[in-house]
Order: sequence, then C-alpha cells, then structure tokens
Amino acid sequence: MKEPQIIVIGNGMVGYKFCEKIRSKTSSFNLVVFGEEPRRAYDRVHLSEYFNGKTADNLSLSTENWYQEQNISLFLNNPVTKIDRDLQKVYTANGVDYNYDILVFATGSGAFVPNIPGIEKEGVFVYRTIEDLDLISSYAKKAKTASVIGGGLLGLEAAKALIDLGIEKTSIIEFAPRLMPRQIDAAGSDMLKSKLADLGLQIHLNKNTTSIEGDACISALKFSDDTALDVDMLVISAGIKPRDELAKACGIEVGPRGGIVVDKKMQTNDPAVFAIGECALYDGMIYGLIAPGYEMAEVLAANLCEGDKTFTGFDMSTKLKLIGIDVASFGDNFITEPDCRTIIFENKHKGVYKRINVSNDGQYLLGGILIGDATAYNLLLQTSNNRIVLPENPEELILGARGGSEPAGGAGITGLPDGALICSCEGVSKGDICSAVADGSCENIDDLKKCTKAGTGCGGCLPMVKDLMTYTLKSQGKYIKNVICEHFNYSRQELFDLIHIHELKSYDEVLDTLGKNDGCEVCKPLVSSLLASLWNEMILKKGNDVAQDSNDRFLANIQKGGSYSVVPRVPGGEITPDKLIVIGEVAKKYNLYTKITGGQRIDMFGAHLNDLPIIWEELIAAGFESGHAYGKGLRTVKSCVGSTWCRFGLHDSVSFAIRIEERYRGIRAPHKFKSAVSGCIRECAEAQSKDFGIIATEKGWNLYVCGNGGSKPQHALLLATDLDSETCIQYIDRFLMFYIRTADPLTRTATWLNKMEGGIDYLRNVIINDSLGMAAQWENEIENLIASYKCEWKEAVENPAIRKRFSHFVNAPEDKDPTIEFVEMRGQKRTAEWKTV
Amino acid sequence: MNEQSNWLAACRVEDAIENGGVCVKHGEDQIALFYFTRRNEWYATQNECPHKKQMALSRGMIGSTTDEPKVACPFHKKTFSLSTGECLSGDECAIKTYPVKIENGTVYIGTTPKS
Repeated sequence: MKEPQIIVIGNGMVGYKFCEKIRSKTSSFNLVVFGEEPRRAYDRVHLSEYFNGKTADNLSLSTENWYQEQNISLFLNNPVTKIDRDLQKVYTANGVDYNYDILVFATGSGAFVPNIPGIEKEGVFVYRTIEDLDLISSYAKKAKTASVIGGGLLGLEAAKALIDLGIEKTSIIEFAPRLMPRQIDAAGSDMLKSKLADLGLQIHLNKNTTSIEGDACISALKFSDDTALDVDMLVISAGIKPRDELAKACGIEVGPRGGIVVDKKMQTNDPAVFAIGECALYDGMIYGLIAPGYEMAEVLAANLCEGDKTFTGFDMSTKLKLIGIDVASFGDNFITEPDCRTIIFENKHKGVYKRINVSNDGQYLLGGILIGDATAYNLLLQTSNNRIVLPENPEELILGARGGSEPAGGAGITGLPDGALICSCEGVSKGDICSAVADGSCENIDDLKKCTKAGTGCGGCLPMVKDLMTYTLKSQGKYIKNVICEHFNYSRQELFDLIHIHELKSYDEVLDTLGKNDGCEVCKPLVSSLLASLWNEMILKKGNDVAQDSNDRFLANIQKGGSYSVVPRVPGGEITPDKLIVIGEVAKKYNLYTKITGGQRIDMFGAHLNDLPIIWEELIAAGFESGHAYGKGLRTVKSCVGSTWCRFGLHDSVSFAIRIEERYRGIRAPHKFKSAVSGCIRECAEAQSKDFGIIATEKGWNLYVCGNGGSKPQHALLLATDLDSETCIQYIDRFLMFYIRTADPLTRTATWLNKMEGGIDYLRNVIINDSLGMAAQWENEIENLIASYKCEWKEAVENPAIRKRFSHFVNAPEDKDPTIEFVEMRGQKRTAEWKTV
Repeated sequence: MNEQSNWLAACRVEDAIENGGVCVKHGEDQIALFYFTRRNEWYATQNECPHKKQMALSRGMIGSTTDEPKVACPFHKKTFSLSTGECLSGDECAIKTYPVKIENGTVYIGTTPKS
C-alpha cells in the first residue's frame, strides 16, 4: 500500500520541529516540505547573533544531509502558490503540483508593515530573515542615524543589532506609552527606558509616525505631533502578521485579524488540513513564541501517529537579555489590586525593578515582572506554574533572605514537583532531568543536554538545569568538587600545591603521579600553565610541547586559515625609529600584514609555520624578544607619554611602564593579564580597565586592580593610594602571586575578585596587611620567576630539536601548507574566509 | 577491514612526535599521523578538521575520554575519536581514519581510509 503523503508548507523552526517529531515516532508517511527561503530551517530566535559572528551555517537547525537521512523531500526556494482542496493538490512556484493526504501549514508570520506614506523608500527594512539582516548590514555601512519603529521585543533586538553594526545614533519609536507593552508595566518600562538611554539609545514613546520623508532614500520621519526626526535608515518591527494568505485563498477559515483558525488538535475547518506555529490562531490568539510553536508541532505529530494530545494554550512567560539588560515576565503579569496584592521592589540606582503579584490570601504567586535582574526568574516561574505555597515572607523571593535564614533558592528547587516543566522549548520536566542524572547516565551538563535535550532551545533554563543536576548528584551523596577533568580529581589550586610538593617538572610526570589514563585537551594546557608558573622553564622542553595549547606550542597565535601571527614585545609602547624600520623590513620580506594592536605594539599576521623561526631570528638579531601574545601571561603595559613630554604629566609613566613590563614578562598565569600606567588623572593609558593599573598622583602612584575590558567590561578597584614606586611594585608582586596560586583555570582577575568572598576589602587585607602571612613567600617566589626569565623564542631558534618542529610536513620539511590562502585588501594581504560549505 | 595495497612510507619512527601529531604529505592530500606513545598506539586521520575546513588536526592535542583515544582541533576544540573518526563533540561530522604499520623503523600509512 502506498504511504499517506504529508505536505508541510513552510520550513521555519516549527515546520522543522514537526518533521523531527514525526520522524522520531514513525518512518511511515511520505513527508514533503516546501520552503520559500533559499536555506534550510534556521534558528530565528537567535537571529541577532548573526551580527555577532554566527554564520548562517551555525544558525541552521539541521545538517545538510538530515532531510535525506530522514527520508524527507525538501524543496527550498519553491513556495507553494495555490491549493486545490477538492483535488487535494498543491501547486508550487516551479510549476509542479503534488498530491497530499494531509496538509500542514507552518507558514509562520511576516513582519507587519504599517501603511505609512513613503514606506517603499530605500533604506526601510524589516527584521525577519537572514536575507533581511544581510540587507540591513550592507546599508548600515553608509548610515549614521537609524530608527526602529516598534518598542516590543523584536524592536529592541533590532535596535541592538543597529548599535552593533556601528550606527552612532539609534532610536526607537513606539506608538504605545510604554516599551514592551505585552510584557512589562509602566514602572518597568520607565526603568528599562532609563537603562537603554544610558547606553545611548533614544526612546520616543507615544509617537505616531505619519510619513517617511526623502527622495529615493529615506531621510526623515514625521510624526502626528508635528515633530520630525532625521534618519538614514529605518527598521520596521511593529508586530507580526500571520502568513495565512494561501489558506484564505483556498477557503480555509481565518480570523478577522489574521491567523488560520485551529482547534485543540491543530485542525482547521478542513479535516485534512492543519496549521501550527505563528500562522495558527487558537482560541483567538496567535502564539508568537517558539515554545508554544514546538508544543503545537508535538500535538499534531502525536495525533497523526495515533496519539491523543491536545493544545490548551501556553504559558507566555519570557525571559531575555536585551542589550545586556535582563527583562522577564511570567504568569499573570498585569493583574492588579483588588484582584491580587503586589509587592514591588525598585532600585533606580542600580536599575532594578521587580514586581510580583500574590493572591489575596498570600498563598500563591500569580505572576510578575523583572527588569535589570532576572536571576530569580526560573524559580518564580516554577513557583507560579506549580502553585507552590509561598513562604511567610514572599518578598524574600525577590529581595533574597535577610537575617540569616536560608535563602529561598535551595528550598525552591527541592520544592518543585517532578512534573514541573523546566525546559519549555523541548518539554523537559524536572523529573526527566533528575532521573537522567540519578540513573548515572549524565554527570555533566553536556551529557545532560545530549540525553534530555533540555536547554538546547533558547537556553534560558540552563542555570536551573545545572542547579537540578548538582542537587541530584548531591542528594545521591556524590561529592561535588570543582575538578579539572576526568583525568585529575583535583581543583587547579590543589594541583598547584601537589605539583610544587612533588617537584614535578613535566606533564607526563604529573599525569603519572597525580592523574590517570591519557590526559586531554582540558588538563594538558592547565598543567602546562602550572608548570610554567611554578618553575618557569622553557615550555617546549621535556615533552611538554605536546601538552601546550596550540598557540603556546608554536609560540605564535594560530589565525583563521592556519597561518600564525608574530608580536615582538614593545615595552610600554616605546620604540625607536630603527626598530620600527626592522619590523617594516621583516614584514615586507615575509609578506606579512601589519596592524597596530590595542596594547601599543605591532602585530604581523600571515606567517607560515615554516617561516616563524627565521622571522624571529631576524627580529631577535635586531634586539626584539617574544611578546608572549600567544601565552596566558603578561601581555602589555600600556602607557601615556607622561611627564617627559606632556604638559600635564606628573611622573614619568613610560619609564615606570617599561620597568613593570620587563619585570613580569613571560610569567604564566591562569589567564592573560594586562596593565597600564597613566601619568596623570586624565588617564590616557586607560589603566582602570586593566588587571592592574597605575595612575600618577601628586604624591606617588595609585594602584587599581582587577579591571577588565573585553566582553564584560569592569572598572578596576582602587587598592592603595599615593604609593612610592617600590611599594607599588611590592604590592603588585603579592597580588600577582596570590592570583596565580588561587584563581580557577582561564579566570581573569576581574572574575577572580568577583568570586572572592569579602571582595576588595579582603584582597586589600591580604595584599597590604599580609593577613594570610604569605607576603614574604610570594615575594620570594616571584623574584625566582623574574630571575629565571629567558626569551623563549631565542631558546627555540637556537635549539635544533625544537626548531625542527616548525615545519608543516614531516615528510617534506621545506614545503609550506599549500591550502593557506590569502586575498588582497587595502594594499595588504588578509586571510581568505572560512571554507565552509 | 578493507584490503590495503597502497602503503605510504610516511616517516621514520624517530621523526614522529611522541604523544602528538605530525602532518604527512600525500600528493595533494594531507594526513595527520599520531604517535600515542603513552598507549603505544599509532593513528592516522585526515588532517582537515571538518568543522571549519582547516588543515590543523595534526597540531591538535591528543588524549582520551573514558578509554577512547581522541584529538582536539586547535581551532575550536572539536574532538574526534582517533580509532573511529567519530566526532565526540556532539556534531555529526566525522573524519577519515587510516591504518598504520611500522616496519624496520619506518611508519607506513595505508592510504585507503578505514572509515
């Protein structure tokens, strides 16, 4: 007998999920999918990450062969154009028609574009597909100002994307009197607005756009209050419009404001036709979130496989991070007195707003809103969804416990029933997670994700999944310890002391003495770093070369394409004209791309592995040494020009920076560390963004510690004031050794301090008052490290055994890797793009 | 296992790197050869990491997970089984593996892949 044929119209997230669900239940049915977009279904929830380096490939939900392996016929770039329900046929854009037994609409939604005069002008975009993002990103190159119409969730995402694209002035236009009108209340909107304004986003509420001005291209917006705003581009994000036009054209019932009407089995008024996802209208409502869409896919798939499931609405609670700001709403978020009692916490100083709605008898949590700090979200959501009886002082749920009693968190997880839905994207309950851990199949988060799929959708539940895993392991009597990996049952700090006591000098010795089996890519670089921090021996000797991370192994940073970069040390950023000429000559000779780095030195990119030793030989001959740009250790000590030239300078910041850089060069630590010295309070060297930074005062130096730039910028904190140079260096010595000995692997000083109990006050006590009694030992240890410094590149080029490793082919040592490709850009070479298909 | 008729003389045993990899040129192809001294085992795989198509696996760190020998790509730390080529980081891409034999101190790689 011929298998019944299911035709799915639409290859979005829900359409894909439906195919996955069907195929996980049965291999019968011919499955045929038509998609209008040119690519396989991709993760639209994380679309904005496309601007942060994710590729279309990364966002794809399936591998290239998945549909074929699952025996599903997928037609991309081929929209269905017409449906004949009498003949049970669909007609497609490429002119071919197909019969169906069952027809599934998963057509999703399009952007709702209001009918504003001028909407057709160039520079006006919507924000839905990868193609839209490509158009926005190329137009943004010539735009200085941009607006987003719509202050909802997607509008804010779009605004963030515009900021990320480098638009100097970005604004949001919202018709309603508040932002995110579906999720948050007026007070929450005020808080969000002021936080967004701090980030440079202009917010215009109560604004009704009446026209889009400009000739061919947009140049301004006009509003009903007779005001106007000059903009170079516009992104419309004013809501979604269900894609119901095909359904409507063939006589399927649609709602008055759009959406294909379905019952609780996702069935339309034609028994052979179904609709799921954002195109479906259930009980008068469009569900514009991914989790209910997946649930609809599950309901339909189950029923087609003779199951009996119904869709009965869905929790629309959401938590997201918008431009770094937590925003969450759950349950009945807008209910007000007298139907409930609200508890509100507002901290304008820190930009935090929390509101919970409690039943009048004080028993149950009904819903709430969180802005600025949503750490309690998962627990609050569970408390509300599972009707868990509230504690006596429900305000502790948002304020944390005070007065020494147990915090609400721990009791919260244990109090949840097994049926509590933890991952709503994949429908994983607390019981599923706990039993996967309890039966021993999962003991880490990666296994748990693979085995239960929890946390693989939006990822919002991951903190709670981790807590449940830890809780289950603990309740089984398993000791939860921050161990390195399966080969070493120790924390980094324990291993540091053990290697020291046993005086171990190579990775193999450490593994034989303290570990088991063969090691891995986690423990190898970690142990290598400890060995370097302890003994400061050449890192490529004693067989330790194969235990180094690839950058350390070849003393250079591996770049896209497989070439390496070369960065000589330029202490304090001071360099003579002769040395500049040498860098220029070397770069020219070996055809290297040159760029000034953020740390006041010069990076030469595009060196073949084979050329590294000869390049370094020439640099060393001219008086350069390794800059350790590849190592977890001191990078640079940046400086301003200071009192030698600057009319404001108080002290000679350059000389002090050079002294510090030469003192700590080559010392390996849990992570890289950076420093800077500024000659006056104008702080041109940006010392407060460094792991340790020094600023000149009238009386000496102020020392700041534990700052960070990068993705989570953090200002350094003042450790001590008005120090003389010797004391300043003494404090830095102690600070660095304390950090090297105690920080977790790959933890920068800022995170190390954030995790430290007692914070900066404790640290100050340890460093200045020597509260641990370790200062003398640490000073001694760091003196040994400083005394044993050697330029490792000098050692590498002079040692034939090490030098031999710098060739690509073992059987053709002179040949370079022929697959490395460069292209030309602005008169220099650059690496070719990733060769992904 | 399939019949091997094409054995490539890759290098001398002493040219290989203990507990690490080297890259062997085979015409236009590149094969990563690993001398897992700790386990007294030899492995050969394609040198290209399928994730971002980089010729890099020979420069990766080797190790094991439970008892499975593996290599980690230096670019993004995707790990692959040295014995089966399977990706151990949850991706569906796999790498080709080749048989290795040692005769009179020379390392030979069978150039017809096992998998």
